[in-house]
Amino acid sequence: MKRYLPFIIVVGVGLATFGSGAMLYHTKHSQLQAIPEDKALSADTSSESMHVRGNPNAPVTLEEFGDFQCPPCGSFAAFAEEVLKEYDSRVRLVFHSFPLSAHEHAREASLAAEAAGLQGHFWEMHDVLYREQAAWSKAPNARELFESYAGTIGLNVDQFKKDMDGEQAKARVDADKARGESLGINLTPTIYINGQPVDPKDKNPEGVRAAINAALAGKPHA
Amino acid sequence: MTVSRFRTILYTIVAIVALAGLADATYLTVQALTGETLSCGGSPDCFRVLGSSYGKLGGIPVALLGALAYFTVFTFATFAAFGYSWAPKFVALIAGAMFLATLWFLYVQAFLLHAYCRYCLFSAALTFLIAGLLIAVPPSRRGSAA
Repeated sequence: MKRYLPFIIVVGVGLATFGSGAMLYHTKHSQLQAIPEDKALSADTSSESMHVRGNPNAPVTLEEFGDFQCPPCGSFAAFAEEVLKEYDSRVRLVFHSFPLSAHEHAREASLAAEAAGLQGHFWEMHDVLYREQAAWSKAPNARELFESYAGTIGLNVDQFKKDMDGEQAKARVDADKARGESLGINLTPTIYINGQPVDPKDKNPEGVRAAINAALAGKPHA
Repeated sequence: MTVSRFRTILYTIVAIVALAGLADATYLTVQALTGETLSCGGSPDCFRVLGSSYGKLGGIPVALLGALAYFTVFTFATFAAFGYSWAPKFVALIAGAMFLATLWFLYVQAFLLHAYCRYCLFSAALTFLIAGLLIAVPPSRRGSAA
């Protein structure tokens, strides 16, 4: 029996690894398939609440539905900034809040960003929220931190507090969320380039750059 | 403790460490195959590392090659622990190649990408541990085949 034992162990481990890998792949793949690859954004990207960074007339629009408490969105935010520098005036970034209900402070963070936006500092708050994500995500009272960030980026904090509770910020967050839901989005970040969804498999620097280059060349990306 | 028993223990530890590496590399392989490199356990730099052009070799995710390498080390270390005399040289060969590949990937992360993926660093630590354990294995006496 001892003679066969190493063979049994190796085959057992091989099968267990392959099986668990296949199960994990299947689970993740099913989640990813939930993203509507066939749904393009409508041309209606001119709503008042739209937050644009970069050249407003850029030929390529990188549009993101993001959740401020989602770590991958934080990674993507840093990458998007690189992309804007790299492509200069040829790419603009549009951000839509899509707070996932699984994230305790995500909606409050979206309200904070919108409240900052009402004072003309959406992107400053956007950057601080992602940069400090690890701190406020675990804080029992994230709102206190948001208010301190508001002070740091030079907002009128009293106005910021009022706006966070106001109808305007709430309406903007709700409108973005409703828009995302109408597109069938349930994962963040979900990215569109010139209205076409980026395949989840291409949600990496190479894939996004390739899609932008294709859009610049006037070709539909995969 | 006899030299033979000491060797058996060391190869058993190598096999266990390789199992940990296999789990890590399998997870990264699934991430790469599903395109989920963004959400590599919440680590911001994983996106830069795994999504870079260095994350694939001829279209094959490097993590998959890593998983195969760890499985090979596990296999040969298991046979070595059971006293198969032909196995140790294969463990050393594969572990040596993994050690060199790890040095390259650490260089890529540090100097080319300026970003570190925590799963890749964990894998690097495991590879160094395997290399250290193999160096500690005393030389065998000839004819100790099972």
